[in-house]
Amino acid sequence: MAQSDPLATHRHAPGRLRGLALNAWRVLEHRFDAVFGSACNPLRHLGALGFLMFWLLAISGIYLYAAIDTSATGAWHSIDSLSREQWWLGGVLRSLHRYAADAFFIVMLAHLLREWLFGHERGFRRFSWLTGIPLLIFASVSAIGGFWLNWDQLGQFSAVATAEWLDWLPIFGSPFTRNFIRGAAVSDRLFSLFVFVHLGMPLLLVFGLWFHIQRISRAAVFPPRPLALGTLAALLALALARPVMSQAAADLAIVPTALEYDWLLLAVHPLTYAISAGGVWMLLAGTLGLLLALPFLPGKGGTAPVAVVSPADCNGCRRCFDDCPYAAVTMISHPIRRMGRELAQVDPVLCASCGICTGACPSSTPFRSTATLTTGIDMPQAPIDALRGRLRRALAVMKAPQPIVVFGCDHGARVTSLATDDVAAFSLLCIGALPPAFVEYALRDGAAAVMVSGCRAGGCEFRLGQRWTEQRLAGTREPHVRASVPRERLVTVWADRGDEGALHAELDQLRMRVRTSSAPVRHV
Amino acid sequence: MSDGKPQLGATAWAGQVLLYALFALLVGVFSNWPTYRHLAEGQSLIKLSFSHTGKPVSECHTQSAEQLAKLPPNMRAPVRCPRERSPIVVELDIDGTAVFRHTALPSGLAKDGAASVYHRFPIVSGSHRLVVRVNDDLRRTGFTHVREDSVTLSPAQILVIDFDPATQTITLQ
Ligand code: HEM
Ligand code: SF4
Ligand code: SF4
Repeated sequence: MAQSDPLATHRHAPGRLRGLALNAWRVLEHRFDAVFGSACNPLRHLGALGFLMFWLLAISGIYLYAAIDTSATGAWHSIDSLSREQWWLGGVLRSLHRYAADAFFIVMLAHLLREWLFGHERGFRRFSWLTGIPLLIFASVSAIGGFWLNWDQLGQFSAVATAEWLDWLPIFGSPFTRNFIRGAAVSDRLFSLFVFVHLGMPLLLVFGLWFHIQRISRAAVFPPRPLALGTLAALLALALARPVMSQAAADLAIVPTALEYDWLLLAVHPLTYAISAGGVWMLLAGTLGLLLALPFLPGKGGTAPVAVVSPADCNGCRRCFDDCPYAAVTMISHPIRRMGRELAQVDPVLCASCGICTGACPSSTPFRSTATLTTGIDMPQAPIDALRGRLRRALAVMKAPQPIVVFGCDHGARVTSLATDDVAAFSLLCIGALPPAFVEYALRDGAAAVMVSGCRAGGCEFRLGQRWTEQRLAGTREPHVRASVPRERLVTVWADRGDEGALHAELDQLRMRVRTSSAPVRHV
Repeated sequence: MSDGKPQLGATAWAGQVLLYALFALLVGVFSNWPTYRHLAEGQSLIKLSFSHTGKPVSECHTQSAEQLAKLPPNMRAPVRCPRERSPIVVELDIDGTAVFRHTALPSGLAKDGAASVYHRFPIVSGSHRLVVRVNDDLRRTGFTHVREDSVTLSPAQILVIDFDPATQTITLQ
């Protein structure tokens, strides 16, 4: 018996191409799940890995800054000798600094791609998307500027290529390139500009990152520890196996030839010479323009109704405030209760319409005897009273002696495909929207067992719904399932869209278990 | 209960090592390979780079006593000069072939700033005959400065053609 509210689905329907790419990405992500476990899957923690690389860059960068002689004549020697004479510390840190920058770039672009594939440029996430775009610029400029500081031939090539590219714009009275036409012309003043670029941009990046995660509560700014250690170990191994060395010192009388080239960070220069400075400017403007426009392009998926607070049912317990993944709930003083009591308030601009707050609210318990179940914070498109009503009706009409109730989520494996004579399935906005008391309620109302399903760990569309559900059902987070609920009659299955097979398999097992267990048999 | 943290088997651990190694390989390889050659082998580079202020567009003229009397006292300069500068015409011939001709306009809103030219010419290394002609004075036809010279360029060498304002000459270095 399928129970899915058509109104409940407000997901953005991706275009065909994106749909295909998304499926391919999901397949890859699932392969990685098998290897890393879904909770430590790097593909599910790309933003956090970006932060990890940033921390690594900051730490190694501080050491390098202490070691570098920031003058045009001394820079090359100071860095080159660091790699030669102190390979075991300075050299390793230097290599880590470069490789972390390369890795930063890869994970940043992969993060962008993933967010786009999942349609995350729109709706309440528009802010995160738009604040991500300047980060691309800050990171690129800082990375390119870093090569100049070595002032080896690679740095020289990059600085001159950048100057030639900038000169296409009519911004300098005298071409910027003229700073590089004679050996003596690279003044310490110009070198200070290099330092300023390479250090100023990361400061902008920090500021931009702070903005970027403004609307995300408990943002993952550090990956799970096994993943962090694995990534660091991989980069350290690389730094030891292939230390980064300076190329020959810069010499403005010659064109650097045969450069060992960093294609991850410096691809823009060969591109400039292959097409033209103007062409690269157009390409850049076009790409940035497109990224900025994406959230505003017409597309399916309108704005869903946001959470609504009912002051009469809110006791100010703050659980919704704690559990909201997008910091959309604030607590204000309660207008109708006694002094000191608080009331939840939803900021509609921030609200993701996930319903996780409803799942957190103690007033959402279906055992309340009111004819209409009202709760402290509810979703107009999927009210908690409607869920209780549908659950009751489904159990009342089912003839099977040992019916099973399945609660699932609109974003995970499709639970509605499970519905049969003995199974009633309900798809929620997010599995985090399920008040745990519903499990107990279903069992008391005649269900032989309950299955709770949501996206794989780390895969929740609303970031925290899966985690909170797992903790609530395990009794480690409020509100929790009572200890009296027999554990053999409750099963959780973390399954993404496309994992329906796993869902069916778990259901079959559950059925078998129920038949051979002490679960009551109804005589309808 | 499947708790989302399945026990990883030996294959999974081996897979992790492999994927971390692949990531390190990706970073390690493309951060310094393939080698980039900006100039083909046996090539040199000529950079024509000027930033030069042209001559004023017209003569300074001496103001008569009556003209001066009409002006406010703080503006009574006996000689008035135009601020606007002449555009600069630059030509370059290499081995008898005209490869470049460009008119650079003076910068600044009042057109009183330097005119700039920047152009790169990759060229086969070896000996070449260069002729550089510059006209920085609108009121004259032909060229105000000409330099003709033979240069021998070694591979990867950069030759800069510039204008030295102190000596008012075209330099090759
Ligand atoms: C400097 C590189 C970047 C870093 C370190 C970074 C980091 C992060 C982090 C830590 C989160 C929160 C993830 C979570 O806790 O669930 C996040 C979310 C997000 N990022 Fe980035 N980001 C970067 C660049 C970008 C770029 C370039 C874009 C796209 C233009 C982007 C788009 C998004 C979006 C749409 C979200 C929201 C995801 C959600 O609501 O579930 N980010 N980012
Ligand atoms: S619906 Fe989701 S985002 Fe909105 S207030 Fe509730 S928990 Fe927060
Ligand atoms: S969880 Fe419910 S009772 Fe608690 S503060 Fe939020 S709305 Fe009020």
